[in-house]
This record gives sequence, structure tokens and C-alpha cells, in this order.
Amino acid sequence: MLKSWKSVEPYLLVTPQTLVFLLFLVFPIATIFIVSFWEFTGYSMTPGFTLENYRNIFTSQVSLATYLNTFKFVGLVWFFTLIIGFPVAYFLAFYIDSLRWQIILFLVCTIPFWTSNIIRMISWIPFLGREGLLNKLLMGIGLTSQPIDIFLFSDFAVVLAMVHLYTLFMIVPIFNSLMRIDRNLIAAAEDTGASGFQVFKEVILPLSQPGIAIGSIFVVTLTMGEFVTVRLMSGGQAASVGYLIRNQIGSLQYPLAAANAIILLIVTLAIIFGILRTIDIRKEL
Amino acid sequence: MITGTTQQTQAVSRPDVAFVHAEGVMLRSLTKKYGSFVAVENINLDIPAGSYCCLLGPSGCGKTTTLRMIAGHEEATSGDVIIGDRRVNDLPPAKRNTAMVFQNYALFPHKTVRQNVEFGLKMRGVKMSDRAQRVNEMLEVVGLSQFGDRKPTLLSGGQQQRVALARALVTRPQVLLLDEPLSALDESLRVKTRGELRKLQRQFGMTFIQVTHAQDEAFSLADQIVVMDHGHIDQIGIPTEIFSAPASRFVARFVGDNNIFMGKVTHVTPDTHAALIQLQVDRLGTFLCRGQAADVGMTAACSVRADRMVLKPHTTDSHTPNHLSVRIATVEFTGYVTRVSLVLEATGEEALYKVRTEDWMAQPLQEGQSVVLGWSTEDCIFLSH
Repeated sequence: MLKSWKSVEPYLLVTPQTLVFLLFLVFPIATIFIVSFWEFTGYSMTPGFTLENYRNIFTSQVSLATYLNTFKFVGLVWFFTLIIGFPVAYFLAFYIDSLRWQIILFLVCTIPFWTSNIIRMISWIPFLGREGLLNKLLMGIGLTSQPIDIFLFSDFAVVLAMVHLYTLFMIVPIFNSLMRIDRNLIAAAEDTGASGFQVFKEVILPLSQPGIAIGSIFVVTLTMGEFVTVRLMSGGQAASVGYLIRNQIGSLQYPLAAANAIILLIVTLAIIFGILRTIDIRKEL
Repeated sequence: MITGTTQQTQAVSRPDVAFVHAEGVMLRSLTKKYGSFVAVENINLDIPAGSYCCLLGPSGCGKTTTLRMIAGHEEATSGDVIIGDRRVNDLPPAKRNTAMVFQNYALFPHKTVRQNVEFGLKMRGVKMSDRAQRVNEMLEVVGLSQFGDRKPTLLSGGQQQRVALARALVTRPQVLLLDEPLSALDESLRVKTRGELRKLQRQFGMTFIQVTHAQDEAFSLADQIVVMDHGHIDQIGIPTEIFSAPASRFVARFVGDNNIFMGKVTHVTPDTHAALIQLQVDRLGTFLCRGQAADVGMTAACSVRADRMVLKPHTTDSHTPNHLSVRIATVEFTGYVTRVSLVLEATGEEALYKVRTEDWMAQPLQEGQSVVLGWSTEDCIFLSH
């Protein structure tokens, strides 16, 4: 009796997690996968097997342009979160000695998360708008005589809002990587004659790669599926795959939305796979 | 700057990598403070060129801080570090003609053994072809030629240590600084590596300065031992001096196996070499010892090595000038030497007696037996502090 209990115990322990995993991840994805092959008549969908949805996506200029636009956002957001996030993480890790101040400054970094996403984005409007603070300032100091329109409801605004939102996801893993670097490695590099830049290039950068990879995965996956920020900050003028899917759901084109979701998922996984192939993050986990 | 005198006469004979060029190190009033904490206080030390010097002391005594100040990884609060004839306080580590072997080696985990060794040469812009040759030579010196393409994490502790040595030696420093290079190795490897370090030092002829907390390491390696405690130098001397004539209670305790008695100086008879001093120890009587800087009335101590004592039955008539009644507590056989723990009958304090196992076997003494512990005046060293 006791012996048999011992043998089933591990299975019982993993059961809840497995159920949650199956119910909330595997099952929905499987459903989407199946629905993506269903037929859609314009009014209703019927179970079946057709590649029409996928064919639609791959042949439509609009959806290809949307995918390209999404990649553009992902690329820009990834680039800016990295070049902003890395120096911040570097500063926190190497220039702030006390844990207390590191924690305080980390809290400062989380300020963007203190309000809801919608409120945060709406609050950009009085700043970036035609009559906004930024234009007033630029005109005030004489840099421009006309208000600049591209600050709000533009790709610039979309990227700005997403960078604002996601830089923290880059900072944390990079900071974590940098903190793990044995300070003696830096001393050893300096000891053998490395300059500040060489220490960075030869020691710090290679050893922070796992953190950069994890941060990149966060930022890429979050940006790939974005639609709220894209909708609000572009004023409905820019498109992303997430936004496209939302619209298709809105017009009840479930099979098409499902097919788009599957493609988006595959593309995102392919990017993550590419990152993991390039950089070994195992030692960071 | 002084030019010409520091010109490096590098090895012409390539095959044997040895090059004889070393510089001495001088520390003048060197002090390091962290806020109000004084890690190293007013240290003065001369380390001759080409010698092997060990900074010996317990953790927190300031030995590593001193080493890092010589290397340039720690800035001195005041005082001077002089290498050769240059004051190097304001020079970065790489400009000091020193190289450091770090505790736990600090090998670059993302680089291969070869890239680790090559690193210093690459940073100094040595040509690729020269680099390869010097790295190969160095790997051969430390016996790691076949491991050049491995990552350091795949090597054993002893091999990693040799990579660290090769990385430091390849830039041909005039002073090699070693921070506890053997502490991460197991006992048998430690003894073996000790021999290799000494051999390398002879082969290359540069000055070695090593930090260690292990006295056997310092005794076996060093030409000069510097015993440190609480940021101060307690004693500088050759190993045999430190062993047989400790200069302070701390040194006597730290180098181990000394019996120390605290007391009051009651009489001093000046002598040509060392004064004859009477030390009165509470409840144990008066001991005769030899030493300097004794004043009547001062509180001081005397120290006697555990292996310089004798144990005799109570029945013996001829007693040494210093003797005590003791009980044999435990007998510990350690091989060549037998260690005998004694309890002083007057106070209950412990004392240690060491004897050659053969000699111990020849005696009829047993655990629990009450005997007389004696030692001569000459073996009893007066310690004023």
C-alpha cells in the first residue's frame, strides 16, 4: 500500500500543473490550429479542412504588408530597448554599489507600470500632439516654426510607447547577467592590459549575451502580438498582425484570424529558436 | 621618467622560455582605509628582485589588500608602491610590469584555454604569429599543450590553476602576484603544485609575491615570509626564523605548535646576545627565557615549541630550568610525529608536546599519567608583545 503510494506520488504532484498546462495552453492552441482550417462563408464558419485561409494570407498584399510592418515595429522596438536598456543595466550593475540604491533605482524603472497601459498611452497625447508640450517647447526655443505632426498618431508614436513600456523587460535580464560576472574577471582583463573598451568587448559583452537573449525574447514576443498600443498610438493608421487578428475577430472571421494566429506563433517561435541557437542561455536559468 | 634602466632584456633563447629579469618591490608607509576601517596600516616592506615572498596571515589581516595595491587593483589611501625604481601608485595594473594570478583563477569562461593565455598579448597588440608562438611555448611550460582548444570549465582545478599561471606569465611580467593560488586545490595536488610554483619561479627568475593563510605553504615556498595581522606586519624573516624565533605572540600562535605562557617580567640579566629574562607566570611559577626589549614589571609572554620540550616521570632528579607538572590527556599518532595533549595540573590549561613516534614508543608513558614537562632557557623565547 505504502509502496504503491510512493510510486504514484510524483504523478499526483505534477497533475495540477499538467492540467493547467493542457487546459489553458495546449487545448486553446490546438483549437485555434483546427479552426484555422475551417471554412468561412462570410456569414458563418463550418468545420472542414481547407487551406483557403492560409492561401488568403500569403497572397494578399495587405496581410504581407501588415507582417512587414509588424517586423519593422519589432526590429525598431528591439533595437531601442536594447540600446537604452543595456546602459541602464550596466549603470545599475557596475556604478551603483549599494543594494539599497539598486533597489530604489529599479523601482524608478518600473514607474511606467504604475498606471494602466491605456491611461499611460492617453497621457502621451497632451505631450506629443499638435498643440502638445513637445511642439510648444520646440517652437518656443525656435527649432521649428510649424507644429510637427509626426509625434502623435504615427509609427514614431507607436515605437515610442512600446519602447517606454518594454525597456524594463530588457533591463532586468541584462542586469541579472551583468551582476553574475565575477568582478575578478574584469580585474584580470585589466591586469593583462585591456583598455576599458576592450574589457567591455572581450569580457562584459560576451558574458552578458544570455541576458540580452532573454530580454530580446521578452521584447520580441510582446511586440509581435501587440495591438492596443498600435491601435491607440497610431490613431488606427498603422497595422500590425495582432491588430489585424483583432479586426478579423471583430468581423467574426474566426478561421482567418486563427490562421493568422498560427502563422504569428510560428514566426515568433522561429525568431526565439534563432536567438537560442545563437546564444546559449542555459547558464542563466 | 627614468629611461634605459628599465629596458627589458628579453629572452633571446626561444626554446627554453626562461628570461631573467626581475624587479624588486618596495612598500613605503602603505595604508588602505575603507571609510573608518583600516585594512592596511602603514606598511613598510622591501622585497628583493627575484625572490619568493609570502604574505602570511589569517583572513582579514590585509594581505590580499596589500597584494591588490601592488597589482594596482586597489588604490592606496596613502603611501607608495615602488617597483624597480618607479613609483607606480598612479599607473594602471598593466603598466606596472606585474601580473596577477587571481584566487579561483578568474579565467574567462567564454574563451578557450588558448584564448585565455593569449588574452594579454592580444590586448597589447602583439602580432598574431608571435602570439601563437608564445602561447604555444607557455602552454608547453605548464604542460597543457593538448588542452588549448578546451573551455576552462572543462578542466580540473589543477589544470585551471596552470592556465591562470600561463595567462599571467605570457606577458613576461617582472613581478608575479599570486592570491591564494593553491587554496582551491586538494591536499595532494597542493603539495605537487607547490613544487611546480617554486620550479617556475627558479626558471623564470622573476619576483613572486604570494598571499597565503597556510604556514606550510609559506615555509616550503618562500625566501622571505611576511606575517601579517590586523593590517600590520608582525614579523619579516626567512622561514626558519619565523618557525624557531617568532617575534610576537600572534606569530607564535599562528605558525602553530608553540606553547605560550603569559606572565610578568621579574628580572632581566643583560647578556651579549639576548638577555636572560625571568618571567613569573600566575600559578605556574617562574620561567627563564631569552629575548630582547624586556623591562622589569612589564606584562609579556614566552613561547616554546612543542617539539623542543621533554617529558619525564616525576621520579627523575635532573630537571630542566623550566618545568611543570602535567597530565597526559590524549596521544595522537600522526605518522612520523606523535602529538601529545597535556593538561597543566596547576591551572587545567592545555599544552602540546610533539615527539618523534619512535622516541615516544621507546618511553613507558601512557595517557592519564602525571609527568613533568620541561624545557631549556635557550628554547624559551621571550615575546614582549
